[in-house]
Amino acid sequence: MDNEESKRLLELLTARRADLLAQWEETVGASLRGRVSTAELGRELGELYDAVVDAVSKGGLAGRGEHFAVVRSLLVELSRTRARQGFTPTETAVSIFALKEVLEPLLAGSVEDARAYLQFARLLDDLGLFTVEEYARTREEIISAQSQQLLELSTPVVKLWDGVVGVPLVGTLDSARTQVVMEKLLQALVDSNSAHAIIDITGVPAVDTQVAQHLLKTVVAARMMGAECTISGIRPQIAQTIVALGIEFGDIPTKATLADALRHALMEIDKAAAARPAGLL
Amino acid sequence: MKEYPADEASREEVEIRSSGDVVKARQAVRVLAQQAGLSLVNQTKLVTAASELGRNTLIYGGGGTARAVIVRDVARVGVWVSFSDTGPGIPDIEQALTDGWTSGSGMGLGLSGARRLVDEFELDSAPGAGTTVTVLKWAR
Ligand SMILES: Nc1ncnc2c1ncn2[C@@H]1O[C@H](COP(=O)(O)OP(=O)(O)OP(=O)(O)O)[C@@H](O)[C@H]1O
Ligand SMILES: [Mg+2]
Repeated sequence: MDNEESKRLLELLTARRADLLAQWEETVGASLRGRVSTAELGRELGELYDAVVDAVSKGGLAGRGEHFAVVRSLLVELSRTRARQGFTPTETAVSIFALKEVLEPLLAGSVEDARAYLQFARLLDDLGLFTVEEYARTREEIISAQSQQLLELSTPVVKLWDGVVGVPLVGTLDSARTQVVMEKLLQALVDSNSAHAIIDITGVPAVDTQVAQHLLKTVVAARMMGAECTISGIRPQIAQTIVALGIEFGDIPTKATLADALRHALMEIDKAAAARPAGLL
Repeated sequence: MKEYPADEASREEVEIRSSGDVVKARQAVRVLAQQAGLSLVNQTKLVTAASELGRNTLIYGGGGTARAVIVRDVARVGVWVSFSDTGPGIPDIEQALTDGWTSGSGMGLGLSGARRLVDEFELDSAPGAGTTVTVLKWAR
């Protein structure tokens, strides 16, 4: 314990635990309008209350100190749960600030009490801000998980014809995206027992050396599995840019439209069928 | 490169610290290219050059700044774009501008290709003094 103020606070918080906790629960419950069960809230706030009392008794009122580790981990949990449940950051922080409201009338009596209250209020402000930071971090994690899902959803590999699969690429083709496309395409080749793949880049706004390198890698991987790739949807402005950049697609067939690419793939399939001995008989 | 009067209201600046920033810079360049009335082919060429230079700034320069502005000459309008970093610089500029030469795992076409994609190109770099590449594409 570091000073008079925290001593006074501790006495109050310990002596009137049941009463203060009940008021705190009530205030928070009202702000969350019944979207968290009373039992759940009682458990969360009870644990937090005891952890705060414990921390203050061990090392005083400095909220970012080592002795507040347990409090902080409870707050991390609280913020994460609230973020997932769809509460706003304000609603999350208000749960902490509400304890100030509860204590205010009790500590308005003397100058010493007022000073204790101010110090405790500062601690609660700090802890409230901490929940906001954690809340933001959790939201970011949720968003990045969702964009990963979106990534997978936004690269559908479709069976275009018997023996031909296609993948329409839309938007920016970065390394993460290429990895997803490549994996899905190779899997689709196996699953549908296809020997032809069409990668359509109509929806890709610009093809630079990075995109080209990614495309080439995908084609090489497909070839290693015995499949042929055609790149389609090469618009005039993209064709001119690729040429000026100096990129060469080598012997990879490229077509202006998806229809051209499909026609090309079907011709290849016919040729292969005609070359089989059974076809000659 | 000759200095041309800039259309100050159009000036854009993007800090390059991640590959997301390269996309941002590219988008800013595209908007200016559209405003300046570049043809679709020229827009695509300039945006692609910006993409190459932006990625070099990030990968080799360790990050930097992209700047873009619409410029005017007597009877024409264009887009001026520069990428600056305070990275290690390029020790041999001629080699860096050779098709197919890369110190990393790229195709080695970014710098030389970007030069072919634009109308004016300037590369300032010295070992230890960072790199600035400035390009300009006119609307015709
Ligand atoms: N801003 C820079 N700072 C330092 N070195 C650079 C910078 N930009 C380019 N270089 C050097 O010049 C070389 C050639 O660049 P260039 O963009 O042509 O090829 P790349 O980036 O290696 O591959 P690509 O762009 O084809 O994917 C690079 O490998 C690098 O060594
Ligand atoms: Mg490059």
